[in-house]
Amino acid sequence: MSKKILIVDDEPNIVISLEFLMKKEGFEVAVAGDGEEALSKAGTFAPDLILLDVMMPKKSGFEVCEALRADPARSGLRIVMLTAKGRDTEVAKGLALGANAYVTKPFSTKDLVAKVKEMLAA
Amino acid sequence: MQAKHRFIFAVVILGLLMTGPFTVTSLLVWLDMKDAERQMLTELLLSRMPVGTMMTMAGFVAGVLVLHRLFKHYVEGLLRMAETLRLMRTANRDFRVGIDGPPEVRQLAAAANELAQQRDELMRDVDAQIAKAKASVEEEKNRLAALMSELALAVVVCNLDGRILLYNNRARLQFTALAQGPTTVAGGALIGLGRSIFSILDKNQIEHAQDVIRQRLAGGKAAIANFITTTRNGQLLRVQMVPVLAGGDDGEAARSGYVLTVENITRNIEQEARRDQVLHTLTEGSRSSIANIRAAVANLLDYPDMEPELRERFLGVISDEVARRSQTINQIMGEFSDAMKARWPLEDVLGIDIIAAAQKRIDDKLKLPTKTEEIDDALWIKADSFSLVLALVSLASRLEDHYDPRELRFRLTSNGKLAYLDLIWAGPAMSSETFYTWELEPLQVAGETSPLSLRDVVDRHGGEIWYEREKAAHRAFFRFVLPVAKPEGCPELEERTRGTGRPEYYDFDLFRFEDKSINLDRKLSELAYTVFDTETTGLEPSKGDEIIQVGAARILNNRLLRQETFDQLVDPEMPLKPESIPIHGISEDMVRGKPNIDIVLPAFHAFCEETVLIAHNAAFDMRFLQMKEERTGIRFTQPVLDTLLLSAVVHPNQESHKLDTILERLGISIGTRHNALEDALATGTVFLKLLPLLEEQGIVTLRQALQATEKTYFARIKY
Repeated sequence: MSKKILIVDDEPNIVISLEFLMKKEGFEVAVAGDGEEALSKAGTFAPDLILLDVMMPKKSGFEVCEALRADPARSGLRIVMLTAKGRDTEVAKGLALGANAYVTKPFSTKDLVAKVKEMLAA
Repeated sequence: MQAKHRFIFAVVILGLLMTGPFTVTSLLVWLDMKDAERQMLTELLLSRMPVGTMMTMAGFVAGVLVLHRLFKHYVEGLLRMAETLRLMRTANRDFRVGIDGPPEVRQLAAAANELAQQRDELMRDVDAQIAKAKASVEEEKNRLAALMSELALAVVVCNLDGRILLYNNRARLQFTALAQGPTTVAGGALIGLGRSIFSILDKNQIEHAQDVIRQRLAGGKAAIANFITTTRNGQLLRVQMVPVLAGGDDGEAARSGYVLTVENITRNIEQEARRDQVLHTLTEGSRSSIANIRAAVANLLDYPDMEPELRERFLGVISDEVARRSQTINQIMGEFSDAMKARWPLEDVLGIDIIAAAQKRIDDKLKLPTKTEEIDDALWIKADSFSLVLALVSLASRLEDHYDPRELRFRLTSNGKLAYLDLIWAGPAMSSETFYTWELEPLQVAGETSPLSLRDVVDRHGGEIWYEREKAAHRAFFRFVLPVAKPEGCPELEERTRGTGRPEYYDFDLFRFEDKSINLDRKLSELAYTVFDTETTGLEPSKGDEIIQVGAARILNNRLLRQETFDQLVDPEMPLKPESIPIHGISEDMVRGKPNIDIVLPAFHAFCEETVLIAHNAAFDMRFLQMKEERTGIRFTQPVLDTLLLSAVVHPNQESHKLDTILERLGISIGTRHNALEDALATGTVFLKLLPLLEEQGIVTLRQALQATEKTYFARIKY
C-alpha cells in the first residue's frame, strides 16, 4: 500500500508542483490550504507524512505542528516543515515543536523527494 | 587737647617765659637785700617801670604774633591738609592738596599729592584690569552661548539639583516639539533657565546616569553616561551625560553639574526599521516565490514527457511568480528608495553655497574666470559639499588642460526632486570615451589627488552626471543631478528676530541656585517671576467676559528672558464684542479652533510653576484666572505683584499709572503693544526698572513689596 502525504500550503503555485511531484513518486496525496483544514484532513486522510508550510492564514504551521504532536495517537506521523523564513531561530523552533525536518524555501525538488522517501522508509 | 586750647596754652607759657625769669630773679635779689637797698631799688624801679612794662608788652605781643603765625602755618595748615587727604581718600579721588604755607609744609603737600597721583594711577590700572577681565569673561560666556545656540545638537547644562542653567536653541526646539498638549501650541515648552530638567526627562534615569558617572570616575574611566529614554508621546531620545567638573580632579566633591546632549533617534530607528523591512522583503519575501518557480522548473525539466495541460500550468506558475517578483521589486524601489540611499552622511546645503565655494577654488587654484547663469538661489541640495566642490574643481582643471576655455559658467536649476548643477564651457565637442575616462580616474586638482573618482562622488550623492552639448550656443556642459533637500528648522528664523543682543539661553549664576521655594523674605532681585498679560472679550469677568489671549515671559536673576515666552490665543467659545476688536486686534477667525481655556490654563499654570506672578493691574487679570478655578481645578496660589501698584509706591504723587504713562516716565521705549505677549514684556521691563527705585525706599524683599502695595490707594479698587 502506498504511503499518504498531506500537503499544507496556502500558495497554489507551490501546491501544484508538490502535488505533481509526490504523485509522480507514487504517493497518495491530499491538499489543505490552511492550518484548520490541515488539522481536519490529518484526521480524515490519516497521512504518513505532512509537508507543512509555516506562514498560513487561520493557523500557522507551528500551531498545526504543536496540535498534531499533542496527540499521542499520531506519534508515527512525520512532519516536514517548509518555510520561507530561513532564520536559525525559526528552524530551532520548528524542530523544538516536533517537526522531523525543516526545509527552507527555495529548495531543490530532488532533495525534498529524497528526504521524504528516506523519512518514510525509516 | 584741641588746637585752639593748645594755642592759648602756648601763649600763657610765652607770657610766663617772658616775665617769669625777671620776676623770680627780682624776688631772689629782693630777699637778699637790706632795707636801705630795697628802698633805693624801689625808687629806681618805680621811676623806670613804664619803660620796662612797655618793652615787656611789646616783646610779648611780638612773641604772640610769631606764635600765631607758626600755629597757623604748621598746626592749622597741617590739620587742613589732613582733612583734604581724607577727602581724597574717600569722597573725591580727584581732589588735591593746595600748595601754600612755609616751604616744609609745601614740600609735604607736594609729596602727598604725588602719593595720591600714584595711588590714582594704580587704581585706574586695577579698575582697567578688572573691567578688562570682566569683559573677557563676559565675551567668553557670550561666545560660548552663541556657539551653543548655533550647535545642531541639543545641549542642556544643569546643576546638581537638575536646574537648567544653559540650553541651546536646538534643545528648545526639540523639547518644544516633544512637549505634549497645549504647551506645544503656546511655544512654551518646559525647558527654561532655572527650571527643573525632571519635568522633561525621567529623574530616575538621570540619577542612574549620575551614579554611573560617579562609578566611572571612581574607577578612573572617562566620565560619560548614555541612556535612551522614551517621551510621553513615544519619541526615543538618546541622552549623553558628562559631568561639569569644577576645577580639581578629586571627583565627587568637584562635580557641580552636568551637560546633557540629547538626540532624537526616533527617526533613525524608523529608518532602520524601514531598511530592515526592505531587506526582509527582498530576502525572506523572495523565498516562497523562488521556491514556487524552482519547483515548477524542476518538474518541467525532470519530467519532459508530462501532459501538455500540466506543462501549461507549470509555465503559468513561473510566469505568474516572475511577474509578481518584478512588481514587488518595482514597488520596493519606489517606496524605499530614500531609505536605501547611500549611507554617506549628506548634509543639506544651499546650492549657491556650493557654487560659490567652487568658484572661489577655481579662481584660487586655476586662475580661471567663472560666471553664473540661471541660478535658483533658494535651492537646497543634499550633498557632501567637500567632495562635490572637489569634483567641480577637478572637472574645471581637466577642461582647462584639454580645451583651455576662456571662462566657465555655473547654472543651477531644479526639476521636482532633482537639482541640476551644470558646469558650462564653450569649446569643441568632446568624445564620450574621454568623459568616461574622466569619470573613473581619481579626482585631481593642481597636484593634489583624491582617492575618489568623479563616479564615486556622484554615486555617493545618489546622483548622476552626464555630458551634454548645447549646439545652438556652441557650448557644452556637465550636468550633476543631485537630490533636492527640504531644509529643516525654518522656524528658527522667527526665533532670531525676538531676542536682540545677548543670548538668554544661559545663566551660570544658577550653579548656585538651589532654593526653589518662594520665600517672602527673599530679595526681590533674587526671585524668579512670570510676568503676564491677558486680552479679554471685555472688562467684566463676572458678566461672562472671557480670556482670548495669554502672553507671558520669565524674569530670572534680574533678566527678562525674551526667549522663554508663553503666547497663546484662546477660543472664548463665545462671539467677540465688535467694539473690543480694535483694542486687542484679535478677530473671530484668529481665535476659532484655538484651544479653549480648559486646555490653556493648565499649560499656563505649568509655565508659572515656582515663580512669583507679575502683571500690570494684576487684580484684573487674576480675577479672570480665578473665575476658572472651579471649572478647571487650577489655582494660582503664588504671590502676585502688580506693577501699577509698585509704580504708585515709587511715585505716589503721579496721577496716572497706566502702563503707557509709566513706560514714558521711566524712559522705556517699546515697539508694538496691545498684544498680550508684548504687554507682558513691557510690564517685565517696567518691573526691572522699578526694582532699584523700590530699593531706594527700603523695599527690598518680596514681603516688603507686597505690604507696600497693599497700602496704596489703588489697591483698594476691586474688580
